[in-house]
Amino acid sequence: MKISFNINGETKSVDVDGQTPLLWVIRDILDLKGTKFGCGKAACGTCTIHVDGEAVRSCSFAAKFAEGKEITTIEGLSTDENNLHPVQQAWIEEIVPQCGYCQPGFMMATAALLNKIPKPTDEDIDDNIVNICRCGTYYRMRKAIHRAAEIGGKTNA
Amino acid sequence: MKKTHLITIVALLLLLGIGINFNGATAKKAPVKTNIVTTPPPPVPHPDPSIAAFQEMMKVVAHKRCVNCHPAGDRPHQGEDSHVHNFGVQRGEDGHGTVALKCSTCHQKENNDFSGVPGAPHWHLAPRSMGWEGLSHREIALAMTDTEKNGGRSIEEIAKHLTEDPLVLWAFEPGLNHEGVPREKPPISKEAYIEAVKKWVETGAKIPEE
Ligand code: FES
Ligand code: FES
Repeated sequence: MKISFNINGETKSVDVDGQTPLLWVIRDILDLKGTKFGCGKAACGTCTIHVDGEAVRSCSFAAKFAEGKEITTIEGLSTDENNLHPVQQAWIEEIVPQCGYCQPGFMMATAALLNKIPKPTDEDIDDNIVNICRCGTYYRMRKAIHRAAEIGGKTNA
Repeated sequence: MKKTHLITIVALLLLLGIGINFNGATAKKAPVKTNIVTTPPPPVPHPDPSIAAFQEMMKVVAHKRCVNCHPAGDRPHQGEDSHVHNFGVQRGEDGHGTVALKCSTCHQKENNDFSGVPGAPHWHLAPRSMGWEGLSHREIALAMTDTEKNGGRSIEEIAKHLTEDPLVLWAFEPGLNHEGVPREKPPISKEAYIEAVKKWVETGAKIPEE
């Protein structure tokens, strides 16, 4: 079926089986490799993107539900290297990634949280960021989330 | 020779016989193995049609497919063993999850049998006042019909919710779990359940004593 949506500011149309996970449309058809595949069962969060501003795990999101939606992937958080998204800036400052595989999902989940709660407490972070990092960078991520809040406050990503 | 043989055989048989009798008198009888399958007779429906309908309806309403999302606290349950939902997910302000970890982060409008994530329209937790976990059938029904707890719904509105809401009826098409195994369905069909709810309301929505 034909599915049209806006992704990172561009209108795209794809012709796929409506049940295809949106993750595979993003990675394989639109060639945006920043969003990762981890579990395929909505359990790890590495495939997190935004759909109409809300965090969504794209491995478990049928492409047909993307029709007419505004989608943001890690590539779309900011395209201007001189004007990074606060989450990107904070992640660089705190040198968060280890292997890096989980990080795009964490960053998208964090951006979604900051949209709702610009200055999250540790409890807000615990309640909302439940992705999995096999390298155990949680401590640095927590610091980076607070730092991102400091840098940016509310964003529209 | 022949005679001696006969005497020996008779003596052995007698001894054996005594042995069997002796054993039979002191040891527990082993259960008799049989291939005959005995199914218990179906329970006789309650003579009061409203109570009979109530009992049918409760086979669904009190089933894990419903109660998992009618928890007593703020955390939904999941699975056939009704364990607390993984990932520490919570009810949030409105039953749709916390601000950036909503039910819809993972649950969409329909089941996703590839990922094993169940889905239905407006997937969310029942309000705290409708926490049925740990309640008896009577207690569930009393809560369900209490306008203080059910958001001011009349019995007709409750019946509509129970028989038409796609989230409620999801229980009959619960899809596959994360291992590709079909989720357990309630023990009666959707049609039988809907008929039971309607009958219960038509006959005065009686809630039997326990
Ligand atoms: S790959 Fe989507 S949550 Fe793990
Ligand atoms: S940095 Fe390696 S999995 Fe998180």
